[in-house]
Amino acid sequence: MTIMGVCLDKPGARVPLTGNEAVARGALEAGVAFVASYPGSPTAEVPGTLARIAQQFDLYVEWSSNEKVAMEGAAAASFAGLRSLAVMKVDGLNVAMDFASALSISGCRGGMVIMVGDDPGSHSSIREEDSRNICKVLHFPVLEPSTVQMAKDLTLAAFNLSESLGVPVVLRCVSRICHGNGAVLLGEIPRQERKASFPQTERMIAFSIQRHALQEEKLAAAARWAEDCSFNRYEEPQDAEKLVISSGPSAFYAREGLQILGLEGSIGVLELASVWPLPHKLLLKHLKHASEVVFAEDVEPFLEDNVMALAALHWHDVGPIKFYGKRSGHVAGPDGPGIGELNPEIMAASLARIFHVSYQRPKIEGGENLPSRELALCPGCPHRASMWAIKTALELDGREGILLGDIGCFCLGIGRTGYYLLQTLHCMGGGIGLASGMGQLSRFGLTQPVVTVLGDSTFFHAALPGLINAHYHHADMLCVLLDNGTTAMTGHQPHPGCELTALGEPADTVPLEGMLNGMGIPYSLGDPYNVEETINIICRLLQEEGTRVLILRRTCALLAVKGKTKNRVYVDPQKCIGDECGCSRFCSRVFSCPANIWDEENGRAKIDETLCNGCGVCADLCPKKAIIVERTV
Amino acid sequence: MFQEPINIVITGVGGQGNVLAAQVIAVSAVEAGYLVSSGETSGLAQRGGPVMTHVRVFCRQNYGPLVPHGRATVVIGFEPLETMRVLFDYGNRGTVVISNDRPSYPLGCLQCEDSYPEVSLIKDGIKNMVQQSFFIPASELAAQAGTSLAANMVMTGCLAGTGLLPFGKEFFRSTIDKLFPNKLKELNLKAFELGFDQVFQQVV
Repeated sequence: MTIMGVCLDKPGARVPLTGNEAVARGALEAGVAFVASYPGSPTAEVPGTLARIAQQFDLYVEWSSNEKVAMEGAAAASFAGLRSLAVMKVDGLNVAMDFASALSISGCRGGMVIMVGDDPGSHSSIREEDSRNICKVLHFPVLEPSTVQMAKDLTLAAFNLSESLGVPVVLRCVSRICHGNGAVLLGEIPRQERKASFPQTERMIAFSIQRHALQEEKLAAAARWAEDCSFNRYEEPQDAEKLVISSGPSAFYAREGLQILGLEGSIGVLELASVWPLPHKLLLKHLKHASEVVFAEDVEPFLEDNVMALAALHWHDVGPIKFYGKRSGHVAGPDGPGIGELNPEIMAASLARIFHVSYQRPKIEGGENLPSRELALCPGCPHRASMWAIKTALELDGREGILLGDIGCFCLGIGRTGYYLLQTLHCMGGGIGLASGMGQLSRFGLTQPVVTVLGDSTFFHAALPGLINAHYHHADMLCVLLDNGTTAMTGHQPHPGCELTALGEPADTVPLEGMLNGMGIPYSLGDPYNVEETINIICRLLQEEGTRVLILRRTCALLAVKGKTKNRVYVDPQKCIGDECGCSRFCSRVFSCPANIWDEENGRAKIDETLCNGCGVCADLCPKKAIIVERTV
Repeated sequence: MFQEPINIVITGVGGQGNVLAAQVIAVSAVEAGYLVSSGETSGLAQRGGPVMTHVRVFCRQNYGPLVPHGRATVVIGFEPLETMRVLFDYGNRGTVVISNDRPSYPLGCLQCEDSYPEVSLIKDGIKNMVQQSFFIPASELAAQAGTSLAANMVMTGCLAGTGLLPFGKEFFRSTIDKLFPNKLKELNLKAFELGFDQVFQQVV
């Protein structure tokens, strides 16, 4: 929200920050030196913010080619005694997991924090994975803030904890924290000389049973720290018989639910910031008095399972307790327990059911039949043109070609805006591995051509091993590389194919064509805005054998128009003959660009000039050539 | 003293600057000495999908980022259909509604599988649903200020004009001045003032 707030050297001042900015500020207050990340919502603004102020605070910030590389880079800085921060969404933690599981054994030197963004409700992700379960497997301690202020404070605490334990600490932030706003009380930013050094006597090695024992000792030390962690908070009453155990913003949803039901003060709320390992003594102290316990947490029943296991181990001390949560089915939104994001409404309704009180919310009746609004590729998006060309080429080819998807804006090709073309969608680089396998199936009678799409940023992130495998084994597949020159979906971060780094410094750019040449993979080049030519190229390539690549290159439409006067596109009402045309309203009904609308009054096509980004592709495709493009250059 | 928290729900379509409007409101509130908590539902950060942001303003106790259903103090809609949609979930009879009157059509409506309700019907419906509502030609006012993209600041001005918030428009002005790059300051301030006047005149 305010980069000035992040930089403000005024301890004690209260400034408005987003959650991501608060984490950035916390890292500054911890004296972070090295920051590495691959962009992912909801965390992309943490490295983005730190990159903008890197010079002022003498930081190194990079957009790494993927999250595993980012974590390795940050670990290297930690091994050399610096404080380092690796930032990723939970999907990225999956990518980094192999290294992470070894890193938790080898440990680290300088304080190292791994910020992981979880996205309950999948607002900007393809799944709502819960990183706490992964971190438990990895043996990483996990802290979770419930407010923007706490996001700042816990970041600092996580660095200190990591350095004292000698193991990285995970800061789990859900989207509501990352993208939330709050007033943050600032602390001090240290200004010390930092010197990197990795003495030869220091060995960071993840090998041997003894290291495993040490790893468990570190976790036990983290559990002792958690017992006295001042961020774990309990609210009245004393010795509550009824208790809510919660973490993150869910704690607020529970408190507000209780308040709405008039139950505040009679039911205790234990909010845990140290979500792994759990503070056993603190929990047992409360469980001893409790006869009914409710869990409020996003997404999986993580606290629930682990607290119930603790209670089972200490059954003779804690006595009989009724547990209510996702396992029992009591805490559930409209899609069922453990599915979707919690909110105050769900908590109020769940608590009312559990404690047998009536709940009626203020309501305006109706609203069931409103038309839904699907996601759409932006007006002018080159991916729409690419998808149209692929769709047309596959139809002309006539062999029911298979299109395998990948992660990026074009993953919207699973829906209307991309003509429902994608048949698979899994993870970064997943499409190319699938194509590599599918490309071997002609020996088993597969007669359909195999095509996969992926983006330029994904190409560097996760596609290379799959592509190399495909080429090496002569898989029959066409890889269409949609090169829009940026990591568009997360806010236009640079990648190794770009000319500048995160710090705005000139990069040693890695050219796509050079890489393909080096690997000996044949490739063609096209411009998606030139739809007809693109269709012809794809049709030709579909006839060829082996692994081949088509690069469709066109800058992201949002970047292309930034700060420029857009081309004006409009419909010539003389040339458009409306429904008499027989085109079935191609532009507005078929091409699916939100800027192509229909003028009901005049029965003609129309361009919403506010939305239109002036690509002119619809003008080329209009059978009556009724759409006019006035080019500004 | 105001009844806390003030629950503001902002809704619209991706690309309309909904999140930025929420930030201007949140920053202004903090600068005016209040506490805020906000949450954003941004879809896939793409244009075309619905985007909703909650901003809660308070001073005595802390609140979470999400407004409970049925408890919006004010709904600010950048798009009439989305205003309607959010009102059913978050509104009550006393909710104040400020809505842009310019539709942005979902793909399903453009493809004639769904039909977009007449804007006049949406207006009448909302007038029957709540006690106070304002329909604003925000995109046109923004175009007057220099670009229709500034409709978000017109709508922010409208909120300031209702007098629902416990702080004055000077805090909004200084926030806009602080957040926007130099060449866009004047334009956005003008858009804000145009929105402010629209509602302020009707309220006074």
